[in-house]
Parts: sequence; C-alpha cells; structure tokens
Amino acid sequence: MVVTFERTLIVMPAFNEEASVADVVTEVFAALPGVGCLVVDDGSTDATVAEATAAGAIVARLPFNLGVGGAMRLGFRYAMDHGFDNVVQIDSDGQHDPGNVPALLEGLASADLVIGARFAGQGDYEVRGPRRWAMRVLAVILSRTTGTKLTDTTSGLKASGPRAVRLFSVTYPAEYLGDTIEALVIGARAGLVIRQLPASMRPRAGGTPSHNPFKAALYLGRAILALGFALVRPTTVEEGGHP
Amino acid sequence: MSPITYIFGIAAALGILLVVVEMLRRGRLRERHAIWWIVAGVLALVIGVFPTVLDWAAGLLGITLPTNLVFFVSIAVLFLVCIQNSAELTKLENKTRTLAEEVTLLSLRLDQLEPKPHSGPLAPPAEQRSVI
Ligand SMILES: Nc1nc2c(ncn2[C@@H]2O[C@H](COP(=O)(O)OP(=O)(O)O)[C@@H](O)[C@H]2O)c(=O)[nH]1
Ligand SMILES: [Mg+2]
Repeated sequence: MVVTFERTLIVMPAFNEEASVADVVTEVFAALPGVGCLVVDDGSTDATVAEATAAGAIVARLPFNLGVGGAMRLGFRYAMDHGFDNVVQIDSDGQHDPGNVPALLEGLASADLVIGARFAGQGDYEVRGPRRWAMRVLAVILSRTTGTKLTDTTSGLKASGPRAVRLFSVTYPAEYLGDTIEALVIGARAGLVIRQLPASMRPRAGGTPSHNPFKAALYLGRAILALGFALVRPTTVEEGGHP
Repeated sequence: MSPITYIFGIAAALGILLVVVEMLRRGRLRERHAIWWIVAGVLALVIGVFPTVLDWAAGLLGITLPTNLVFFVSIAVLFLVCIQNSAELTKLENKTRTLAEEVTLLSLRLDQLEPKPHSGPLAPPAEQRSVI
C-alpha cells in the first residue's frame, strides 16, 4: 500500500524542549515529505516556540500547562478542523524515530489505533524497577481490555486513524497518564481496532525527562489507579468536555 | 443548662445563617453552594431554641450522649460541602481546559489569517504560569 502523508498530521506535545524540538521537526519533514506538523507548546518557559516555529512547524501555544493529554486533544481537534485523516503523536525529545511512522500508517489500513511499542523487538530501549513492573501489569490488563496483545501501553508513539481522531478530539483525557492508559480504554470501549507494531526508541536528544527515578515508585500506584478508574468509568462524555 | 449557654447556642446559629444569607444577598455565594450551610444553620437554630429536640433525636437513634449526634451531623455536613466543592472544582477544570484549547485554536487561526509577531494567547508572565 502506498502511504500518502498529505492527510496525516504529526502532533508533537512539547514542554520545555528547546534543545531537541527543532531537530525533531526537521527530521519529521525529511522522513515524511508533505506531512502536517503541529507542535503543541504547553506553557514552556524556554525557547520551544521559537525553535519549533523556525524549524517550520505549525505551533499552537496553550496559555498554561494542560499536560500531554490536553495537548493531544488539541492536536486531534486541529486535525478534525483542518481535514487531516490521521494523527501521529511523536515526542519532541527525539526519542521517537519519525522513520517508524510509515509502518504505523500502513498499520492503520487494518486498525484504528496503532501503537509503536518499545519492547517489541526493535531498538534498545530499557526501563527498570517499579516503572517496568507497572508497564508489565498494565500490558496484561490492557491486552485483555483491547482484545489484542500489547506489550507497551505507555508508549507515546501512536498513530490514530479517522475513527480514532474523531473519538479522541472529544474524549481524549487530561488526567495523569490519561493520554496513554485511559485513552486505550476509551478507544477499546468505543470499538476501535487497536494494534501494536514494533518501533525503535532512542535516548533523549536533550533536555530533561518529565519522570525522574524518585517518581518511579509513585508511577506504579498511580498507573494502576488510573487504569482502575478508566475501567469502571461510565462511557458518557465528561461534563464540560467539547460537545 | 444555664441561660448563657442557651443564648450562646441560638446566637451562634443565627450568626451562621446571617453570614450565609448576607453572602447570598450580595451575590458572593450561589444558592446551590449555600444549601448545606443553610441546612446546618437551620438545624443549629432549631436545636438552640429547643434543646430537647436533640435529646429526643439522640434517644431515637440510640445515641447515649446527645452531643455525639451533634458531632456526627456536623462532620456529615462538612463532608458533603467538601465533596460538593471538589466536584465543582473538577467541573471547572474541565471547562477551563476546553476554553484553553478553544483559545489556542482561535489564536492559531488568527495568526494564520493575519501573520504578525505577537506574544501568543493571553501569555501570562512566566512566573504566573505554574500557579494555575
Ligand atoms: N504538552 C505537554 N507535553 C509534555 C509535558 N511533559 C512532557 N511533555 C512532552 O511529552 C513528551 C514525552 O515526555 P518525556 O518527559 O520524554 O516522557 P517519557 O518519554 O515518557 O519519559 C515530550 O515530547 C515532552 O516534551 C506537558 O506537561 N505538556
Ligand atoms: Mg521521552
């Protein structure tokens, strides 16, 4: 299948990523000619906006920090408003290789949501300790919920097809970890076909990760909690959400 | 019960009601948020004026020490008010989030329609951002 990039929007959530965002944008345009590239700046206090703009991305500036979930919902809404069929989330820290995107887009031919998974064979990405255990537990439970084998449920690298874009432009959650765990639950419950493909992961190109080792233990508890609530939540659209 | 205690009880209840009603009157409080405070004030007033009501209610529920009933009801009211506040806060956060997205999309559109350098949507000074 020939993949066309014109109807695809790359959405890059960015929070204080001046060191890497420009390189990622450049790389996106080089690897995926014709693609739309939206950087969602989330109240960064550094030069993220200037860097991303200079690199040629469309830059949306949220007035204050909403978290990755809020930034992504904005991206999905932008995609809806501007006629993009697919949305691919790529982190601005350089950890995701845009070279994986064509494979993910091809995956969308038979799925609504394709996750680029870090432990599925490619690359040399490694996490340790509580965070790894949390990921394991989440993978087992979410595999059942989504009816497909998932090994990396907290990957930010995700491609959404038209059905997923429509759904997520209204319901993408802003809770902590909502952008990964709860989004999968919402997708699965709405009947989206979810798949996982292997993707290579790289070390951060610069800046600091938002998770530090101290938060790792907390992460386990909050991840399980987030999953628990996502699973028991009624499927109505949240009040105050976009109609 | 000494007359002083009796009067103190009534005065305290009237005080609560006075504050709530005055805030409602001035539009500083909406009815839906005041409801539990009014319930608490009226209860306190009834018990202040007729202390035997408390003994009777405690006896009805099998509570030996009537003051325990007072504590129980007070805590229950505070609990309800807190829960209501948290729920209200969540709703407001959702609305704020939607508005923030809306503003950002509009400002992006404006930028594209009339390109000119400006500092972004309602960009507050950096030090204020973390407050929200
Ligand atoms: N919009 C937004 N993006 C964020 C925020 N925190 C982190 N990010 C972005 O999300 C991506 C992943 O963040 P990172 O700290 O690398 O998380 P990790 O890769 O899961 O360890 C990067 O592109 C960050 O710039 C935030 O509060 N808001
Ligand atoms: Mg990262």
